[in-house]
Amino acid sequence: MRYLPHTAHDRGDMMQVIGVENVDDLFVDVPRKALLQAPVDLPMHAGEIEVERALSAMAARNVPAGSVPFFVGAGAYRHHVPAAVDHLVQRSEFLTAYTPYQPEVSQGTLQVLFEFQTQVALLTGMDVANASMYDGASACAEAVMMANRVTRRRRAVLSGGLHPHYRDVVDTQARFVDAEIIFNPADAEGLENLVDLIDDETSCVVVQNPTFFGHLRDLRDLANACHARGALLIVAVAEVVSLGAVTPPGAMGADIVVGEGQSLGNALNFGGPYLGLFAARARFVRQMPGRLCGETVDAEGRRGFVLTLSTREQHIRREKATSNICTNSGLCSLAFTIHLSLLGEEGFKHLAALNHAKACKTAAVLGGIDGVSVLNDTFFNEFTVRLAKPAATVVDELAARGIMSGVPVSRLMPDTGQDDLMLVAATETTTDEDIAALADGLRGVLR
Amino acid sequence: MSDLRFTKEHEWVRVEGSTATVGISEYAQEQLGDVVFVELPSVGADVEAGGDAAVVESVKAASEVYAPVSGKITDVNGDLEASPGLVNESAEGDGWFWKMELSDPDELGELMTPDEYKTFLEELD
Repeated sequence: MRYLPHTAHDRGDMMQVIGVENVDDLFVDVPRKALLQAPVDLPMHAGEIEVERALSAMAARNVPAGSVPFFVGAGAYRHHVPAAVDHLVQRSEFLTAYTPYQPEVSQGTLQVLFEFQTQVALLTGMDVANASMYDGASACAEAVMMANRVTRRRRAVLSGGLHPHYRDVVDTQARFVDAEIIFNPADAEGLENLVDLIDDETSCVVVQNPTFFGHLRDLRDLANACHARGALLIVAVAEVVSLGAVTPPGAMGADIVVGEGQSLGNALNFGGPYLGLFAARARFVRQMPGRLCGETVDAEGRRGFVLTLSTREQHIRREKATSNICTNSGLCSLAFTIHLSLLGEEGFKHLAALNHAKACKTAAVLGGIDGVSVLNDTFFNEFTVRLAKPAATVVDELAARGIMSGVPVSRLMPDTGQDDLMLVAATETTTDEDIAALADGLRGVLR
Repeated sequence: MSDLRFTKEHEWVRVEGSTATVGISEYAQEQLGDVVFVELPSVGADVEAGGDAAVVESVKAASEVYAPVSGKITDVNGDLEASPGLVNESAEGDGWFWKMELSDPDELGELMTPDEYKTFLEELD
């Protein structure tokens, strides 16, 4: 099969018009050492049957989360997504309708975005939410930049309970703008005190709730301490289902809430695409990144939807925009909205309670095993255990036995001396058999 | 009104002693239409003549507002936060944007008098 539509004749004609001898002449401005001197190390073309066979063999080496006892979390969670969600998001009206450039033509898409924003604002306890961002980590970095704009300061304090991926993305983005980041050390025990790190030059404090290690935080004192110094409190929520059971950040004084919305409507997807949630107090709306959909009435008084406050955005303000993000995770946010709508408020609370109950059961069983101790006094659906052996070894040995036991902290926070810690997540999909298999497996490898 | 001086970017400045008050002209507010938001500079910030100092956003457009002269911002019009429409109602009065301490009063000589500005506008049309 031919993948390039131009024939040798076409190419000859084009090269003659622009006056070059051969294709290589087009690359004369690229330094020689930057050019690949050998063919790309890939197999040559093959027939459809051979390609299908090769790719199926590669795919079979994956372990699908649903096929084994699965306790992996750390910012990406396996939940049950009702079949209706997939069916609805694949309707062609939705599947192809990106945030449109003539947005008001697509009232259905805008209405979904508006409903999504409403749901995110309600869940987080905030006044206003945008139409979504790429993922929790990039939303977190945008929140730090926003806090710097709002406060006209440049120093952010990051909690040691913030997901290391979120910290890394904030760090990367901060390198290319005028910002300074203070990283508090990893906080496995959930005992850190950030108040002393806040001063009159602090733009914001970023905390995660529940933390990366699973601890739940009462953020009210921290919020007051931030506000007393003119700083903002940014709260990251890596597991959105927790908001069905935990006091929302908005009720504890958060100024900006960011989150990962993958848990609702979206599968693990090998790590992406995911769904960044972003919500803030109304008085900061002009400094928010991303798209915002608003409700209005048309000339005949009928309810309608528009993209609004676009003057913050790149296509109008160019380099003075609040963010480079001119889009949203449209399809992922649609799946989120449909899933949450199917659950309803009561269903969502029930889902959260179920997650917590499964995690409690898992923690109780694991805590009774020699060589395993649960670090957390509080958690939602994920907690940290200290193991009598290096966690990475334990995880690998259990994986070889067909048990995905969790995430070794050392994998995401290398060189922090926490090699014996493992994060364990349970969701509504966790069964008693899964918990028993994990417990048996742990007894085996820790013996 | 004769104490006002204007820029080609349609800002005005009124000088009292070493302090200048700055806003956008009646013509500018007419061109913008209903003003919905004004982003003001920080008190204490240093601005340079011709540099960005504020943003005025109307239902039609978002526009930069440049500092007519150089100096330090000493005060901003907090009323614009709740009532950006003041810019439309009284562009050259209550709808002022900021006050500043001049660092180089000679720069005022570069600006247009009301008569010169009027002629400038007639040439624009």
